[in-house]
Amino acid sequence: MKKVFSRPESLADIPFHYCPGCTHGIIHRLVATAIDSLGIKEQAIGVASVGCSVFTYNYFDCDMQAASHGRAPAVATGIKRAIPEAVVFAYQGDGDLASIGTAEIVHAAARGEKITIVFVNNAIYAMTGGQMAPTTLLGQKTTTSPEGRMVEREGYPVQVCEMLESFPGVAYLERVSVHDPKAVRKAQRAITNAFRAQQQGLGFSLIEVLSTCSVNWKMRPLDALKWLEENMINYYPTQNFVNKLDKGGNNDVA
Amino acid sequence: MKCTGSLGGVYLKTKLLMKGNDALARGAVFAGCRYFFGYPITPQNEIPTYMAEELPKLGGVYLQAESEIGAINMIYGAAGCGKLAMTSSSGPGLSLKQEGISYLCGAELPCVIVNIMRGGPGLGGILASQGDYFQATRGGGHGDYRTLVLAPATAQEMYDFAWDAFEIAFRYRNPVVILGDGILGQMMEPVELVSRPPVDPGNLDWPTTMAQGRSKRLINSLYIDPVDLENHNRKLGAKYERMKKEEVRYEEVAMDDAEICLVAYGTVARIARSAIQRAREAGIKAGMIRPITLFPFPDEIIQKRAEQVKMFLTVELSLGQMVEDVRLAVAGRRPVEFYGRQGGMVPTPKELLTEIQRLGASS
Repeated sequence: MKKVFSRPESLADIPFHYCPGCTHGIIHRLVATAIDSLGIKEQAIGVASVGCSVFTYNYFDCDMQAASHGRAPAVATGIKRAIPEAVVFAYQGDGDLASIGTAEIVHAAARGEKITIVFVNNAIYAMTGGQMAPTTLLGQKTTTSPEGRMVEREGYPVQVCEMLESFPGVAYLERVSVHDPKAVRKAQRAITNAFRAQQQGLGFSLIEVLSTCSVNWKMRPLDALKWLEENMINYYPTQNFVNKLDKGGNNDVA
Repeated sequence: MKCTGSLGGVYLKTKLLMKGNDALARGAVFAGCRYFFGYPITPQNEIPTYMAEELPKLGGVYLQAESEIGAINMIYGAAGCGKLAMTSSSGPGLSLKQEGISYLCGAELPCVIVNIMRGGPGLGGILASQGDYFQATRGGGHGDYRTLVLAPATAQEMYDFAWDAFEIAFRYRNPVVILGDGILGQMMEPVELVSRPPVDPGNLDWPTTMAQGRSKRLINSLYIDPVDLENHNRKLGAKYERMKKEEVRYEEVAMDDAEICLVAYGTVARIARSAIQRAREAGIKAGMIRPITLFPFPDEIIQKRAEQVKMFLTVELSLGQMVEDVRLAVAGRRPVEFYGRQGGMVPTPKELLTEIQRLGASS
């Protein structure tokens, strides 16, 4: 019988610790598949961040470093400058990247650092139990915005791609989602393209992946996917912001 | 005079006049440091300036980070790849680096961190101080860890200790701090260049160098299982104990017949040296122990001299920090007095002589 589907080689054969319905597992697979399809497993050095995805260092089957909260782009910079031939990526959540780590991400982008960031935005601090994140939507209830986020009190959610778009050092920047199979296929293309941009030495690349947290959103997994589609994409439009690849890169599904 | 100083090497005849900061930067490059990440702050700016000029010529990397936090985390990345990496800063910048230093110690990464101390707290001032002694010797960041701390007192030692710092850092897989001060960094002195091969980290089995034909490696400080974390802490503890046994360095000045023992490090030790000479001329048997490693602290020699001397006088550019380590070593057997200046003010040899005479008269 022909095998048509299997675990990507770059994804270690370890059960995920993620909650049922969490989309981190899908995104891990997309990153590992991108690494496999480009044949860069033996060139890759990954950086894990702090949050639910802290254990990515166990899941990706390549050399890994674990960074402190928000500092993954600085650690990735140190690695890339030390070993320029390595393909360096960091996997960060929205609390990590868009709040405590804003200086690091902004300046990595400003320098045009040749690293790839996979930025998973689920609009909440999930590992610590559902606190308000910089990306929490207006009106969204969390343990620390129990009445719902209000502009007058907490201000507006941070739109990372829109913020980074202006930097000339950015080579590939796209926001994608994983709420349905079509979106997942688009996300796969974007993540693979982001790694290509690094391989070609074009500059900084970041893919923002809209993601769910059914547990802390207090929804059933399918309702969470629906909520993402109906609420998050309105404020965080899924689109390409920067693409400096030749002919826009390869559009084949990796 | 007994000196357990530098690890050795052949001193060349060439002497160059340079600032302590330049000497340190030259020493680091000479030791094989090729990766420098920093952020501007006075009074250490000559170090990044030298690195920015020289490292690119040698195929190395100088990168100005967005902050001291960024810089220390870039060090983490490069050190995690097994490279000789260094950062330098001063008080307020070191405060920002503490998070990263804790992670470097937790992940057991070798690197060199330079603090050219200035007055504090807060923005403080830009002149010399020794107010960061606690921060340097007690870990400084969160968690149970230590960094080895070298305290140079001359431009020559700034140059020499850079090599030593990298050698020790790689031997222990631990950050090493070079604790200088604003005077030491800015003052020009002749420095004799030394012929030593660059520090060779050897064949390391832990850096992330890309998993080619080997299994993956991980640089990490997270141990979620308390049994694992306790074991990790114990392993780190054993390393610090080994430092205490094997890495202590100090210098003794006129201690053979001393009755009053000054304890001072860095710039202050040089002022104390002059004061001791004047005290001797005035018929007072004064001597000095100069700690060269601040962690591990040279407590054994202080314990030993406590049997001999009548009292200790610790002199620092602080409200009294190292004096606590001296008191721990003396353990109440002799009086331990303290004399300090702060805020960039520095005692004169005459001022110290007066203090020595006052203590001598009252004892």
